[in-house]
Amino acid sequence: MDKCYHCGDNCSNTAITHLDKVFCCNGCKTVFDILQENDLSYYYNLDESPGTSPSLNEAKFNFLENEAIVERLLEFNEQDTQVVSFIIPSIHCSSCIWVLENLSKIDASVKNTQVNFPEKSIRITYNSEQLSLKNLVVLLCRIGYEPSISLDDFEKKEKKVDRSLIYKLGVAGFAFGNIMFLSFPEYFEVNEFWLEKFKYIFRWLMFAFSLPVVFYSGRDYFISAYKGLRSKILNIDVPIAIGISVLFIRSTAEIIFDLGTGFFDSLAGLIFFLLLGRFFQQKTYAFLSFERDYKSYFPIAVTRIFQDPEKSTSEEQAQIYDLKTGDRILIRNSELIPVDSILIKGSALIDYSFVTGEAEPVAKRSGDKLFAGGKQQAGIIELEVIKPVEQSYLTQLWSNEIFSKTKQSNFQSLTDRISKKFTIGILSIAFIATLFWMIADPSKALNVFTAVLIVACPCAIALAAPFTLGNLLRIFGRHKLYIKDTSVIEQMSHIDTVVFDKTGTLTSNTKNLISYEGITLTEQEITLLTSTLRASNHPLSRSLYKMLQENDIETLDEFEEEIGKGISGTINQDSIRIGSFDFVESSNPTEDKLATKENYKRTEVHISSNNTYKGCYIFYNQYRNGIQEIFDRLKQHAEIIILSGDNDGEKRHLEELLPKDTQLLFNQKPKDKLEYIKQLQKLGRKVMMVGDGLNDSGALAQSNVGIVISENINVFSPACDGILDASRFKDLYDFVKLSRKGVSVIKWSFLFSLFYNIIGLLFAITGNLAPVVAAILMPLSSISIVIFTTVATNILGRKLMIKKAKT
Amino acid sequence: MNIIYMLLAISVIVALVFFVAFIFSVKEGQYDDTYTPSIRMLFEDELIKEKAPEQEKPQNEHTNNQHQKLK
Repeated sequence: MDKCYHCGDNCSNTAITHLDKVFCCNGCKTVFDILQENDLSYYYNLDESPGTSPSLNEAKFNFLENEAIVERLLEFNEQDTQVVSFIIPSIHCSSCIWVLENLSKIDASVKNTQVNFPEKSIRITYNSEQLSLKNLVVLLCRIGYEPSISLDDFEKKEKKVDRSLIYKLGVAGFAFGNIMFLSFPEYFEVNEFWLEKFKYIFRWLMFAFSLPVVFYSGRDYFISAYKGLRSKILNIDVPIAIGISVLFIRSTAEIIFDLGTGFFDSLAGLIFFLLLGRFFQQKTYAFLSFERDYKSYFPIAVTRIFQDPEKSTSEEQAQIYDLKTGDRILIRNSELIPVDSILIKGSALIDYSFVTGEAEPVAKRSGDKLFAGGKQQAGIIELEVIKPVEQSYLTQLWSNEIFSKTKQSNFQSLTDRISKKFTIGILSIAFIATLFWMIADPSKALNVFTAVLIVACPCAIALAAPFTLGNLLRIFGRHKLYIKDTSVIEQMSHIDTVVFDKTGTLTSNTKNLISYEGITLTEQEITLLTSTLRASNHPLSRSLYKMLQENDIETLDEFEEEIGKGISGTINQDSIRIGSFDFVESSNPTEDKLATKENYKRTEVHISSNNTYKGCYIFYNQYRNGIQEIFDRLKQHAEIIILSGDNDGEKRHLEELLPKDTQLLFNQKPKDKLEYIKQLQKLGRKVMMVGDGLNDSGALAQSNVGIVISENINVFSPACDGILDASRFKDLYDFVKLSRKGVSVIKWSFLFSLFYNIIGLLFAITGNLAPVVAAILMPLSSISIVIFTTVATNILGRKLMIKKAKT
Repeated sequence: MNIIYMLLAISVIVALVFFVAFIFSVKEGQYDDTYTPSIRMLFEDELIKEKAPEQEKPQNEHTNNQHQKLK
């Protein structure tokens, strides 16, 4: 089968051949033409089939005609220069960068474009007198780069990038290097004439360099230690802060009283390595956001209708926040309903799968209440707003306190737990050793006391967790599990209960497993059925048509669609009715009811031909690949629970898939899910929630680890701790296992660093800790810990990869 | 040998200059996107001119044409 020259998709029977190249659709061909006409066909030489099929729904961006909205979106706006930034999810290769940065070749009113690849964003400078923002967006859409503009973009947030860690690291590294040079001469040359003369200036220079390191770079450790002590926790920063201050005070005292060179290089090195660990721990996925709420799912504006007294109607694009109770709004096919409202006109078929977890679109009649967040699947509908957006049913969920709390506050990490014992141990060793020397040789007592505190500074322990978890974070990322921060991995290793959502998580969003029950249809009936289905836009019709599209199609003489009930079609003398049982049967009420009431929760499409009941097509959820395997493996380590917002129509099917005695709960509202997880946690469970939609967001926030499954990581996913690419769903257990192994790597490194500490303590207790010993021992322990953790996690990660290659 | 004071002063100043340059470059956001510039520098003017004379077409007509095709 041919691959599309533009987007690389398989071309089915609809392939278009144009200029010796094959395209899967007209959209792709058009993009090719646009690029060709503008001398940009080099696009296809950079990467193979780099394109994306353009979406043709340009009416979607009508709201960009509203001046107030445009004003909010623009970053800079003066006379003929406008600057705007967009997120373009489809940016994925170097061809994308090239063509977008050459946008001015397609339209001269674009002055300059700059792509930020990791963020998948573009910054465009253009002239709004020649090109309106809407046309600019339409231009991008036409070449297959549709920007995503949501309610979230509307609230101008000053993006504050916190670069203080880089500054601190820079200061520490700069001082570390310089102090090393200045301290070297005294390590190697003793009593040399010139050195004796200049060593004082060297020492004071080192002192000067160490000041910003201690008081700027190392500031966080003092603050954290103070906070820990105030809340009566001996965290790892307490011994570090003690170590830093003792190092600084003793070194300063040494150079003041000309006792020695001090430990300035160890001091700067210690802080530098610690900060390096923090830096490594921070791995951010610029193109992902873990903090999204409904705002990035909602559009900025909708069409509002005004009814003048003179009976003429006018439309305008109104901002979502401006909508008031009583306003009339217009929702087109595949648009989102942004506010709770009442259906006034038109037939609504609302897909709530993302909001409530119900798999089936719901048909509504005028007068029915529609909740915000649903997606219209049929034609145009007119609605009356009953609540402003902030008070709607969906957005209310975000007022729950769980969304304002930071999750990790009550989690005690492994490092924190060990540091308590460690600190107490070190302090007692220091006091005992001092006591001993007080009796044996009082002149050495202070020396020993400070030496113990210096050498025991838990640099290596503090580095073990950041480097292990930071590296795991990157390995997970390579395997398409994107984790928010390192503490999530540690939490993940404690999981004993895994809660799954059903719709969209265990199943893909569309039901496309179809089976037929009833009297076999004749060929003619199938032709009629296929032709009738072709005319309908209902999602079920479309998936059924997809299955039957190989069959012949004839032109219908008559076609009728009753929204929410079914469709009927006629060719010559034959007629067919397709739809709900009541719809199909109403034509022939005396017929024996074949379907039993028990089956009403299944998704069925009934067929009757010439008023004779034939049978029904049954739609099943398509479960993700390897679901049984993952359940079987998970159940050995964790309890599995299913919380579904859908009805229990699939219960029996699910029970077959799941291990025995798995709890299955259906018809769970978003709030119920949240409460359920809270109850589990009260029982001491560590819960991992795996979900996908807005309906899970409460549960995701409440759980210890909230993972979102996403078919396409670029599209919206609710706030969570991690985003897992759907293709890697079957490896979920491997990730949990890897996190557990990671924690044991940390434990091994603790042992390892304890060993270094014991060596150091031997020097310290005997009163022989020379600066050069500290200068060797400290970096050596830090570096070996870094190497050990990195190598160990990489080996563990590779095992995960090898298994992948086998399957 | 007192020249060493001057050498020390110079070396520290040179080091400080680089340090300040580093701080400024971070502040300017030079390290915010470390990937795109590495790709961008490999691009040249790779326009493939096949229909050079048609190039002069007014831009608006262009987009109109496309619009019709899309429909």
